[in-house]
Amino acid sequence: MRELSLHVLDVVENGITAGGDCIWIEVDEARKNDQLKIVIRDNGRGMPVEKLENIDDPFITTRTTRRVGLGLSLLAAAARRCDGTLRVDSEPGKGTQVEATFRYHHIDRAPLGDMAATVGTLIIGNPGIDFIYAHRIDGKDFFLDTREIRKEMKDRSLSDPAVIYHLTESIRSSLEELASGDGTS
Amino acid sequence: MAKLTIDDLKKIKEKTTKETSLRTGAANIKITVHMGTCGIAAGARDVMSALMEEMAAADRQDIRVVASGCMGMCSSEPNVTIEVQDSEPIVYQLMDSNRMRQVFKRHVLLGEVQTDFALAKM
Repeated sequence: MRELSLHVLDVVENGITAGGDCIWIEVDEARKNDQLKIVIRDNGRGMPVEKLENIDDPFITTRTTRRVGLGLSLLAAAARRCDGTLRVDSEPGKGTQVEATFRYHHIDRAPLGDMAATVGTLIIGNPGIDFIYAHRIDGKDFFLDTREIRKEMKDRSLSDPAVIYHLTESIRSSLEELASGDGTS
Repeated sequence: MAKLTIDDLKKIKEKTTKETSLRTGAANIKITVHMGTCGIAAGARDVMSALMEEMAAADRQDIRVVASGCMGMCSSEPNVTIEVQDSEPIVYQLMDSNRMRQVFKRHVLLGEVQTDFALAKM
């Protein structure tokens, strides 16, 4: 994967496959502290402890179509090659949380990439699933909750591609604004 | 805190003001973008973004888009399956944003199957 935002897309799709209908995505860019943290939490069916022990082993997978699963292994590799960590917590019946940390300025850290496209893709591809997306850059927050949007735009559901398109654009410009700030506002 | 405000939502609402009565028809075309790890690594998100743009421009309420998992043909990803009611589903392979736009305009809107990009009939 070229961008960390693609890993996010991948792990969130896992959460949806696991039966989650509300996904929490958190990105925390603390540039001054040289830290990047990504947290993805779902309310799906969770995993038993045995699976968690070797979670980043590509030959440990819950899928049944094939004996390899690369998603989390790739994310673990992406984190570790820049002095980061991957931590997965899960409880059967409650859901799973994936937390990846990275050294922000490490030369091998993949760029975060287009988070707006990731969120837009998730919303358009998964009607009926809710997403909560919190993105913090140097202490300044962006927040989006599709449950609120659904409530606010009663007549125009989130299944309208035009709405999702404009939503994606507005996420993109909000993030740019956060990133360009010098932390004074 | 930068949050998507009510005003932003209103703006989006204005931009997309259309007759909602159109939306009553059932979806009879289904577009599936396969988004397993393999698909995503191969560029499925760009395909989905292009599709989203085309859909927004076409304003057709009878087309449904879904993301699905890997279908086991990772080497031909990104794959897109188009299912038009009363005809066989077509799987397209090695898609990118341009191919997606062409398939959308020709196959989805006009009904011309783009055999050059097709992987299989199902």
